[in-house]
Amino acid sequence: MQNIDSFTHVRGESLYLDDLPIVNGTLYACVFGSPVAHGRIRSLDLADARNLPGVVRILTARDIPGENQIGGIIPDEVLLADQTVDFWGMPIALVVAETDEIARRAATLIRADIDPLPVVTDPREACALGQLIVPPRTFQTGDAEAAFADCDYIFEGRADSGGQEHLYLETQGAYAIPLENGNIRLFSSTQGPTAVQRAVARVLGLGMHKIEIDVTRLGGGFGGKEDGANLWAALVALATHCLRRPVKYVLHRMEDLRMTGKRHPYTSDFKIGLTKDLKIRAYTASLYQDAGASADLSPAVLERSLFHANNTYFIPNLRVTAYSCRTNLPSNTAFRGFGGPQGMFVIEAAIAKAAEELGVSALDIQRANLLREGDAFHYGQVADGCEAEACWTDAATRYDLPELQREVDEFNRQNKLKKKGLAVMPICFGISFTKKWMNQARALVHLYADGSVGVSTGAVEMGQGVNTKMVQVAARCLSVRPERIKIEPTNTTRIANTSPTAASATSDLNGKALQLACQALTERLLGVARARLQAEEVSIRNEVVWVGNKPSDLGWNDLILEAYQQRVCLSEHAHYATPGIHYDPTVEKGHPFAYHVYGTALVGTTVDCLRGTYTVDYVRVTHDFGQSMNTIVDRGQAEGAIVQGIGWMTMEDLRYNADGRLLSNALSTYKIPDIYSVPPVLDIHFLETAGSDYAIFRSKAVGEPPLMYGIGAYFALRNAVRAFNPSSNLPFDAPMTPEKVLLSLYADALVPTPEVAS
Amino acid sequence: MLDFIRANQHLTGTKTGCREGDCGACTVLVGEWADGLMHYRSMTSCLMPLGNAKGRHIVTIEGLNRPNTLNVVQQAMVDEGGTQCGFCTVGFVVSLAGYCLSHKDPTPQQGIASIDGNICRCTGYKSIERAVDRISTALRERPAPTDALPWLVQQGFLPDYFAQIPQRMAQLEAPGANGLHATGIHTDASTDAVLVGGGTDLYVQRPETMRHAAVRHVFRADEQPPVWREDDIVSIGGACTAAQLGESPVLLDHFPDLPAHLKLVSSTPIRNMGTLAGNLINASPIGDLTIWFLALDAQLVFFRDNVRRIVPLRDLYRGYKTLNKHPHDVLESLFFTLPRPGAQFRFEKVCKRTYLDIASVNSAALIETDGDRIHRAELSVGGVAPVPLYLARTSAFLAGKPLNPHTLEEANAIAQTEISPIGDVRGSVAYKRLLVRQLLKAHFATFLSETHNLS
Repeated sequence: MQNIDSFTHVRGESLYLDDLPIVNGTLYACVFGSPVAHGRIRSLDLADARNLPGVVRILTARDIPGENQIGGIIPDEVLLADQTVDFWGMPIALVVAETDEIARRAATLIRADIDPLPVVTDPREACALGQLIVPPRTFQTGDAEAAFADCDYIFEGRADSGGQEHLYLETQGAYAIPLENGNIRLFSSTQGPTAVQRAVARVLGLGMHKIEIDVTRLGGGFGGKEDGANLWAALVALATHCLRRPVKYVLHRMEDLRMTGKRHPYTSDFKIGLTKDLKIRAYTASLYQDAGASADLSPAVLERSLFHANNTYFIPNLRVTAYSCRTNLPSNTAFRGFGGPQGMFVIEAAIAKAAEELGVSALDIQRANLLREGDAFHYGQVADGCEAEACWTDAATRYDLPELQREVDEFNRQNKLKKKGLAVMPICFGISFTKKWMNQARALVHLYADGSVGVSTGAVEMGQGVNTKMVQVAARCLSVRPERIKIEPTNTTRIANTSPTAASATSDLNGKALQLACQALTERLLGVARARLQAEEVSIRNEVVWVGNKPSDLGWNDLILEAYQQRVCLSEHAHYATPGIHYDPTVEKGHPFAYHVYGTALVGTTVDCLRGTYTVDYVRVTHDFGQSMNTIVDRGQAEGAIVQGIGWMTMEDLRYNADGRLLSNALSTYKIPDIYSVPPVLDIHFLETAGSDYAIFRSKAVGEPPLMYGIGAYFALRNAVRAFNPSSNLPFDAPMTPEKVLLSLYADALVPTPEVAS
Repeated sequence: MLDFIRANQHLTGTKTGCREGDCGACTVLVGEWADGLMHYRSMTSCLMPLGNAKGRHIVTIEGLNRPNTLNVVQQAMVDEGGTQCGFCTVGFVVSLAGYCLSHKDPTPQQGIASIDGNICRCTGYKSIERAVDRISTALRERPAPTDALPWLVQQGFLPDYFAQIPQRMAQLEAPGANGLHATGIHTDASTDAVLVGGGTDLYVQRPETMRHAAVRHVFRADEQPPVWREDDIVSIGGACTAAQLGESPVLLDHFPDLPAHLKLVSSTPIRNMGTLAGNLINASPIGDLTIWFLALDAQLVFFRDNVRRIVPLRDLYRGYKTLNKHPHDVLESLFFTLPRPGAQFRFEKVCKRTYLDIASVNSAALIETDGDRIHRAELSVGGVAPVPLYLARTSAFLAGKPLNPHTLEEANAIAQTEISPIGDVRGSVAYKRLLVRQLLKAHFATFLSETHNLS
């Protein structure tokens, strides 16, 4: 089934936040952000901005009636800075004006007198200064230190991975409209309507019931609009609360890049121990996460880095400690993979290091250590329905891994100025929010008296096709045509206390709730049918009531009308909570995931050794989709995630200067993959597996896991560079930009700056 | 144009993505009536001054919709799952409609080229590539440009009204009508109004001031063809766009690699807007066309107060964005002498992303050889000095030298003294210096690769 939104998408008729019809009297907001990354505010000069004709009001922290606080996990994030500023661009004041242009011009007229404080942009430095967001956490199994004594080979090293800008094509924004009695209706481009509602209520000092959040769809989210959307929503809500006027703020791209958090950069130390048969016997690592200026979702991201520290390998003795370090950068936040990719990059670097030192192929180490059914993860859960070896074996035979490797070796023998590299990237990703209580969802289904169907869930459509999957669930469970079904915008008055659309789990959680609602309605309808047809064995098939194996003359519309006239309830609100999951953080053991997703990618690259430029030639994947309920949507998720992962590992290069100012502050300086930079070959084989009872229709979660195949691009490029310059002592430092490639190729022949320039 | 479409016309299909021409979400088609045909080109409306719409047919996504049904491009995107969040989708559909309306052969490569300025963060582009294949197949039977419009309407690529557009455009051209063209560069030359060509740099660098500035539109205001030749002298009008350069038979004859070079220059919609004069006068140290023409020793023709003045391009740049020209000097055209037969003209550009990016270092070279000797080598390099740089001493050194790696090492040593790169977001000093060496090697690689090991 095609994406149900695609018809309006291709016609430009889909409505995003900035497309909503403007309500009469709407004002426009613009943030004045800190001009330094760290400092103490002495004074603010608002006079010039206030005097600009068209400026209605300038709001500061003093205007906040409730709490100046929007922190989700930890209350350490103010809405508007009042004492100190902690990152470049941190909101200090909000200009509200008659037009967008006036608001923006006025913001440039505000002057802040700020005493500078030391700026920290390096997580290791922050850690040394004791600037931690939360106490460090350690996950362990076995006795890693003791086990190193049993190892034949031990290698140590450092691995760094950079941040990543979400670059959703639709920038962040919000639009608040005043209602009677101080209530507010707020349109927000958010993955977490309830998080926005909670933040707004807290800032305004109101009950959550007075704030209604409505989300039709997002122009991309990727994690950036999970907690990241709260700030803008709270700002316009504050303005609406103070002025009783509709207030809108849609960020310009450069504001969005400057003020919003990104994927967390990590810097890590690792130590890996292997036995002669290349089994990983022991692994330890310290991960330093760059959290930015406040907690945001960093502790949860950190947790997932620890869960995925072993990637898809069985490691009997493991100890990994992770530090969430407070720096003077915008608060880093959720991004597809949510810490998992960062943790996996370190173990893959450790394996590559071992392989390079031992002179073996990394493939041999990876293959020898894949998880098997019944193996215990370091957090106690036992691998159940483990497809790690099945995926590897399928990919290796389907795409002929030995032949691909032979081609690389042969090419490299024959070519001096071009080198090819190959890497294999197996993955394993746990599905569930790692906070148990978040694994719940609700669905509300209305059967209207004319036989049409309205569905509300807590899921937010952001391109991942969740609404399409919800239509499929409702259509299959009610046995009606998809055309009868409308998916409503996500709205906190219809579905309360939603978990954010995140963790790849949204279709599972909301789909299961929707399934329960439809089942309950079906049961009631069957009761009506039994009475009407005077038969016991009734069922609904394709909008017709069947008695036994024969269709009756009772169709869907008549059945619904009958039920209505019988005063049977045609609405159902159902609740689902994932069973069987638990986790005890005091011992860091439990069964946190409903299930795991597996897969293997083969990645091939070519490096132009004259110029340091490169191409990713192919990504060939065998992926465990379970029983995919929508191959168009699932393939699209996998392809998109892979290209996003390649971008993270190659060209996406966030640069801050030592003052904490973002240098890659526009699309002209921060590059994401374009159509020419994606691999010409991107094969995805759907490995038919049993799926999981906890996946909706046994169709496994797909949003995040394939992103991690992109890590293979880093190691394939590294292998190509080493084919040219085997002595290159290349640090494990992603992204692998053309600059790093060229400097590595010619590490021993750097051009010195001439002493005298004429 | 984008603000006019969205805020004034309330047509919300066109999306605001970056406001600097780098994402394509705001793409529109701009149709011109010339030689009895409609010529449609894609442009990013965020950088397009509204004045440049004069005499042109502006097509937004709404203008491509057929009642209650999808056009061929839209159907292909739907069928292949080429849309996820949908925010970029409209830009892709508009660009691909431009591909359908183009007078070039409908190959998948042309189809992909039409969307080289459109960024998608969701799909990874593979589904869009599959949609392009479908569209290209559907275009196979497209007749010659003179008959294409009715065919495209009949086959469901376009809504019906497109068939009437030629007539309506012809009416604009009629005596007494508003006319189709900008006023030209030779009027009002003494005012301080900002000359605006395609706006692709001005509206990125100074969006706020440009909003209120007095401007004079000179986009496509040429009074002669964009490129013309007299004997060995080729002239190019200042308002010639990058796209027009790549379509010039004169240039293609003598610079067969030109299409490959231009593919490295921004993107299709930006090349449709950006002008030669804009690239030269904005004085970016990294301007691709500037680097190209520095190696060719182009001569600039400035016009002011009815007087023409000739300035070598190599003498134009005095410091960072400081020009050897009077503020009222208008760059009317440039000219250069065609390289002698057998000469090689090369352009190299290295950036973080190969296409649709700004160079870390770019370089052009004109190389004439006599057997295994270099007769003449003219080298230019960008991104390594406050100005786009002609490597005068390196070029002088190379004349008459034997073609071998040793010569290149010596040339590099000289080049390294001519450049003064600074470390920035496009690369460190060490990287840029290394790139200069490598691109110097790359220029000569084809001469040397058979006999020498460049690594």
